[in-house]
Amino acid sequence: MSALDVQQLTKTYKGGFQALKGIDLTVEEGDFFALLGPNGAGKSTFIGILASLVNKTSGRVRVFGEDQDRTPELVKSFIGLVPQEFNFNLFLPVVEVVVNQAGYYGIPRREARVRAERYLKQLDLWDRRDTEMRKLSGGLKRRLMIARALVHEPRLLILDEPTAGVDIEIRRSMWTFLRELNAGGTTIILTTHYLEEAESLCRNIAIINHGEIAERTSVASLLGRLHTETFVLNLKGRLSELPQLGGFVLQHLDDCTLEVEMSREHTINGLFEALSRNGIEVISLRNKQNRLERLFLEMVDRRTGAGWSSSDPADAPDAAREVIA
Amino acid sequence: MSRQGVGWSRYWISFQTIFVKEILRFTRIWVQTILPSVITTTLYFVIFGRLIGDRIGTMGGLDYLDFIVPGLVLMGVITNAYSNVVSSFYSSKFSRYIEELLVSPAPNWVILAGYVAGGVARGLVVGVAVMLVAMVFTEIRIHSVAVTLLVITMTAVLFALGGFINAIYANSFDDISIVPTFVLTPLTYLGGVFYSIELLPGFWQGVSLANPVLYMVNAFRYGLQGVSDIPVGIAFGIIAIFILVLGAFSLHLLRRGVGIKT
Repeated sequence: MSALDVQQLTKTYKGGFQALKGIDLTVEEGDFFALLGPNGAGKSTFIGILASLVNKTSGRVRVFGEDQDRTPELVKSFIGLVPQEFNFNLFLPVVEVVVNQAGYYGIPRREARVRAERYLKQLDLWDRRDTEMRKLSGGLKRRLMIARALVHEPRLLILDEPTAGVDIEIRRSMWTFLRELNAGGTTIILTTHYLEEAESLCRNIAIINHGEIAERTSVASLLGRLHTETFVLNLKGRLSELPQLGGFVLQHLDDCTLEVEMSREHTINGLFEALSRNGIEVISLRNKQNRLERLFLEMVDRRTGAGWSSSDPADAPDAAREVIA
Repeated sequence: MSRQGVGWSRYWISFQTIFVKEILRFTRIWVQTILPSVITTTLYFVIFGRLIGDRIGTMGGLDYLDFIVPGLVLMGVITNAYSNVVSSFYSSKFSRYIEELLVSPAPNWVILAGYVAGGVARGLVVGVAVMLVAMVFTEIRIHSVAVTLLVITMTAVLFALGGFINAIYANSFDDISIVPTFVLTPLTYLGGVFYSIELLPGFWQGVSLANPVLYMVNAFRYGLQGVSDIPVGIAFGIIAIFILVLGAFSLHLLRRGVGIKT
């Protein structure tokens, strides 16, 4: 069954701005789905319509087979939303925010307290349960938004940039939590500007640009389109001059760090042989996590026509990179 | 949906949640929400009731202090029922936590009922508090408990609905004080709180009859003291019509998402 089935969804705001131009999108039950797009592409409008926060202009939304227009209450009960912006009563204690949310969904208070405790503990917020919202840090607020969205145990969780502005440690722990949640059967739709996040978490992906679906595929298939792979090598000694290695493009990051771009015809074995021949010893190696970012920039660039002179999007100037900042 | 209430029980839990949240809100900040009305009406009783009232003598067949009691109680109810909803709902819009409700399956009428009930609760708490203050100055004997309770509750509902509509349209905190200052206060002061409309010339008596607060004050005065400038049945009819119109309009605004959805 499809968790989400959207047909010909359009949204035109007052003033005539057309944010969505006939979106068709299906997300299967149990999927971990990424929705990407530059700022202003229509992602938040799309999510707002799914969550009943934005009135659509036309089109049809079905969630687990239920039509949003015909059974709006049922559809709402299927969805949990983690919005992009904080939307709390800042003067309420943490636990009350979650318990109240459960109450709005018709969950009796005693059961609501049990669930609030469960989710606040899972998200490491239980010790802060009596803290007023305004005293929480940004990262804790983000985690609380997840707990609040889960308290009615939705089948479809929608997260609009859930890790924006949180530190790496919290981000990683949120990823682990979301993976476990998805493994437990919850369908997850995620928008993010951290493309590494989409690459690491999601199985399928859609890219929205200018209110249209520019691409809808699996992450693996999208990454398969890359013709090159980039690695970062930490060297044992200092390297004063770049050697010439046939088939590999080398770049100095600093004296002891080398970035190597290689096409798919070459192997890592071949790379190490070439490095050894030049007397270069490698301590460690890591894959440069910008693969999806490169594809994304290529795609958005191709469709907007706002290109830059270099053929490699990784060389894009800062102004061009801001579309995903 | 496991262990979520079904149908009416779910609606009841949603309503209760909003209602309790509203009560906790105004009781938590009682110094800002309850106390000012009590202090203001105490001053009215001291100045208009005791100091000036003794020189006025009777009004509408009652001692002046007794005459102003119903109006002052109702003034507290009106102001507080309105203020509670307008400030609470607007704050939820301003800080965007209204979205917590909009994403939930709570239907619009439950949301409206929850906020209105919160406003009514604050109005009634203040009404009782003012009544207790009045009892310090004069003896209160209730002529008709049923009429008194019905009028005070219906009036609170009506103005809570007014506060809700104001909050829907408000775009800034300034917008939520305009109606109380420029509409509610004049309507209340000219609604027969401090005088009987019999004192007015014929033309102004006619104008006063267009003021809905006049009907409420007089119906409440009838409930407390058995005296009214207006037939009580007409007063109830007018209040009920206003409630129906404002209630339907509020639901219409919620359904369209005016002021809360894009």
